[in-house]
Amino acid sequence: MSDVRLLTSGFDPAAELSAFTAAHPQAGGIVSFLGQVREGAGCEALELRHYDPLTLPAMQDLAMRVRGRWELDGLLVIHRSGVMLPAEPIVLVAAAARHRRDAFAAADFAMDHLKSESWFWKREKTGGQWRWIEPREQDFEDIARWG
Amino acid sequence: MTAKLVFLGRLEELAGTDGISVDVPLGWAGLLAHLSEHCAPELVETVADVRVKVALNGALIAEKGGVVLAEGDELAFLPPVSGG
Repeated sequence: MSDVRLLTSGFDPAAELSAFTAAHPQAGGIVSFLGQVREGAGCEALELRHYDPLTLPAMQDLAMRVRGRWELDGLLVIHRSGVMLPAEPIVLVAAAARHRRDAFAAADFAMDHLKSESWFWKREKTGGQWRWIEPREQDFEDIARWG
Repeated sequence: MTAKLVFLGRLEELAGTDGISVDVPLGWAGLLAHLSEHCAPELVETVADVRVKVALNGALIAEKGGVVLAEGDELAFLPPVSGG
């Protein structure tokens, strides 16, 4: 079934994807998305905060919605919380399906909803100063595509 | 008898803390009055903003104005999210 995890320390996306792939030999296609802390623009660190009573339960609900909408063999959702440095992974989503279009759509849907609906709050450190990041209009437009 | 208020995201910065204890029973108006007395005016405005949602003991509340806190409750203030 789905593997949904909220992690407070670093993870190895290649190892996770490799294990996920090995666990789903019957899937004809696996689509994955990796989000990482962007390097440049003076970004020194990124911090994601979560709220225990809500964050993981909502990620599990999202995984169930994805499974209800597309025919998948497996779904992996890993999201970091805590302080991360540039080039460190933040989020990994992978969808395994018999047919590639289901896998592409499921991973895309899961990412759009993780970005704009999941219970995370993000702040960025530049020039030694932390600054909270407000949601972007684009995130709401992305999610609106799914109706 | 007390309940706990939890401030998420930038609300923590406005409050200067991630949580405070309040005496109960306490309704929404009393809660805003308490925050006005003890915290920055910007926190009170933000908490009352329609975009800030609230969760009582881990469950989202549709109408925050109707909330009444009792002994041991945890009320979390959730500003707009920014994940991924």
